[in-house]
Amino acid sequence: MRNVRALAAAGVFVLAAGTVALAGEPKQGGIFRIYHRDSPGSASIHEEATYSTNIPFMPVFNNLVVYKQDVAQNSMDSIVPDLAESWAWSGDKKTLTFKLRQGVKWHDGKPFTSADVKCTFDMLMGKSPQKFRKNPRKSWYDQVADVTVSGDYEASFNLKRPQPALLALLASGYTPIYPCHVSPAEMRSHPIGTGPFKFVEFKTNESIKLTRNPDYFKKGLPHLDGIEFTIIPNRSTAILAFVAGNFDMTFPTEVSIPLLKDVKTQAPNAVCVVEPTNVSTNIIVNSSSPPFDNLDIRRALALALDRKAFVSILFEGQADIGGTMLPAPGGVWGMPKEMLETIPGYGPDVNANREEARKLMQKAGYGPDKHLAVKVSTRNIPVYRDPAVILIDQLKTIYVDADLEVVETANWFSKVARKDYALGLNLTGNSVDDPDQSFYENYSCGSERNYTNYCNKDVEKLFDEQSMETDVTKRKKLVWEIDKKLQEDVARPIIFHSRMGTCWQPYVKGVTIMVNSSYNGYRYEDVWLDK
Amino acid sequence: MFAYIVRRLALMLVTLVGISIVIFFLLRIVPGNIVDILFDAAGFVDPADKANLERELGIDQPLVLQYLHWIWGLLQGDLGYSYVSEKPALQEILPRIPITARLAALALLFSASIGIPLGVISAVHQGTKLDYILRVVSLSGLSLPSFWLGLLILMASVSLFGNIPIFNPNPKTLGEMFTTYCLPSMAVGFRSAALTMRITRSSMLEILRQDYIRTARAKGASEASVNFHHALKNAILPVITVVGIEAAFLIGGLIVTETVFNIPGVARFLVEAIRWRDYPIVQNLVMLIAVVVVFANFTVDMLYAVVDPRIRYAD
Repeated sequence: MRNVRALAAAGVFVLAAGTVALAGEPKQGGIFRIYHRDSPGSASIHEEATYSTNIPFMPVFNNLVVYKQDVAQNSMDSIVPDLAESWAWSGDKKTLTFKLRQGVKWHDGKPFTSADVKCTFDMLMGKSPQKFRKNPRKSWYDQVADVTVSGDYEASFNLKRPQPALLALLASGYTPIYPCHVSPAEMRSHPIGTGPFKFVEFKTNESIKLTRNPDYFKKGLPHLDGIEFTIIPNRSTAILAFVAGNFDMTFPTEVSIPLLKDVKTQAPNAVCVVEPTNVSTNIIVNSSSPPFDNLDIRRALALALDRKAFVSILFEGQADIGGTMLPAPGGVWGMPKEMLETIPGYGPDVNANREEARKLMQKAGYGPDKHLAVKVSTRNIPVYRDPAVILIDQLKTIYVDADLEVVETANWFSKVARKDYALGLNLTGNSVDDPDQSFYENYSCGSERNYTNYCNKDVEKLFDEQSMETDVTKRKKLVWEIDKKLQEDVARPIIFHSRMGTCWQPYVKGVTIMVNSSYNGYRYEDVWLDK
Repeated sequence: MFAYIVRRLALMLVTLVGISIVIFFLLRIVPGNIVDILFDAAGFVDPADKANLERELGIDQPLVLQYLHWIWGLLQGDLGYSYVSEKPALQEILPRIPITARLAALALLFSASIGIPLGVISAVHQGTKLDYILRVVSLSGLSLPSFWLGLLILMASVSLFGNIPIFNPNPKTLGEMFTTYCLPSMAVGFRSAALTMRITRSSMLEILRQDYIRTARAKGASEASVNFHHALKNAILPVITVVGIEAAFLIGGLIVTETVFNIPGVARFLVEAIRWRDYPIVQNLVMLIAVVVVFANFTVDMLYAVVDPRIRYAD
């Protein structure tokens, strides 16, 4: 009962392989030099929730399955085997069984077996005596009853109910397989994987070095001798160093649109791309206390937004407007434009929207002579602060006088969790472009990351319905319906989905920047240097 | 003289104890701790996990106990573990000290070797074109922030040499050594040099009007002898004070310069550690800086005594 998708994906890869062959024979050797934007908290991907960790450490590991690294759009069709040779769903879609590769070795020489798969997911589900210090994606496996093994080379995920999206979660850069014999503490400072590159050293605030794994189970890979990340938190210095040729690539999806212009001017040969990051900038509204417990005021807020102005000012027009799910062409699950424009606040006539917003404000008792005074809270980071300032300006058009309240990072989440805010400007990153990851995490009743406490039991039922749906077309329609409802309920108004740039030197080959996730495309086993 | 040194050392000890208390408690007053920051990155808090981590790191203990634990460790040479890297704090701090020390020493050397001679020249040629030019240079040195100067140096390096002086821990050639240490030192030392020059100039001008200078000239001493042997020797006291104070303030400039030039020294490390609320790193590093500043002041006081015999005899 082999999954049809696996066969379809295999077909795509044969085509892709042909394309690569035509592009030129990869050269072996060389150190790939990238600057890193900051010093990651640790080397343990499972314990972190930032791509500052994924980017340098994803090359150390393998997953059971992974998004094909040279296909820019992550989708069910681009999932390929990694440590698994194949996968199969049971007839009732409640068991997902992986046949594992044999002869794979961890970087310390010990053999990889199904026990490592069980260990990893037992730890993620909190069922293991060994615990992670932090386990930010525990909820991804809420529908997994247990992981069982059959011999050394077969592992099965037994689900409480069908969840086709589990495969997508397993393909994320956030889901590497860890070795049983290495403690979580050691994995934070000296990770051991099966991946194309071995960990050499991580000097806090200085550098991260990886070297080629000569025993990598994919023959002929990787092409590079190693990867070196130099940690340069100062963006100006980092960009200057790239322009001067000290680095082969910028930190992925970290070059802002204005900076990209500088790079193109100073290094005209550099290859630069601007892609969606699947990070949405949104408004969190405290609907549990006045004045935003009033639905009319919340709706007025949504109607006041001029999304195009945000995109034009902050991204020179290069960002996407959509609902919760990232819209096409990057996103797989976003609502079509025609549907989006039927949602209040998304229509093209901003003046008409604001007129309607003012009427709602007047209905709530506010007007030209009586403005509503609120604070817009946000993190003290430019990507948060800049849109917050524009938001404040736009709110003036509907009788809202807002002040900016910047909050230090260390205090941001605790403030939001205490509901100590009226309006907040927030960023939400989606590591997997799949509704199961986004809906449950951000909008499900009682979810820890549901900052606004939005809770709608009817919508919740639809979450489960779409999650169990195996027909992609039917699921997509359900997802659009849910997304529309979330926007109409002003659950967490989405302002825009950002795009960021990545540049590399012309001799760097085989880099693919994913267009619907910033977390999944950093295995670097196909990258080579043409010099 | 001996009593003077003993009294100064005792005062240093009391100062350091006071500083340790201030450092420790001020750090705890800052909202948020390492656990808040670690969980903030994940965007959620599992109260049980959070409590476990606080217990593991010992930050659930009463503050006084935490303070005593730190001081007791410090006295035994145990600086604790970095909360972030989970490595011994000493292991994290030690390799960074020589980098920053070299930068600071070079910056001070640059400051003194440029500032003092130019200050003397400016004073001797008071009111001339040269004096005006040097005063403009010194004013610009005081006005230009070191991070701006650093960025300018980097941009000039890219456009002139097509390269950027990214830090190299083991410079092999003289050129590499120059770009690794000298350029950043110049960026951070330029302001100190300007200040030193201004102080030297004003101090020299005052001394040059003294009767004994006129007497020296009347006795037929050469200009060089008058300026450097008679005048500068007496004008140098306030300059030493300023250089001493600048040594203490240098750490501020180094934080920015180390960030701009991406030098993995103590100063940049301190900023990162503060961002993470990595208490063992921050409190030990600030304590180290306090010790350096206190010793620098002590050295300045000792230098006074060496340079000006009246201070020794008065004591």
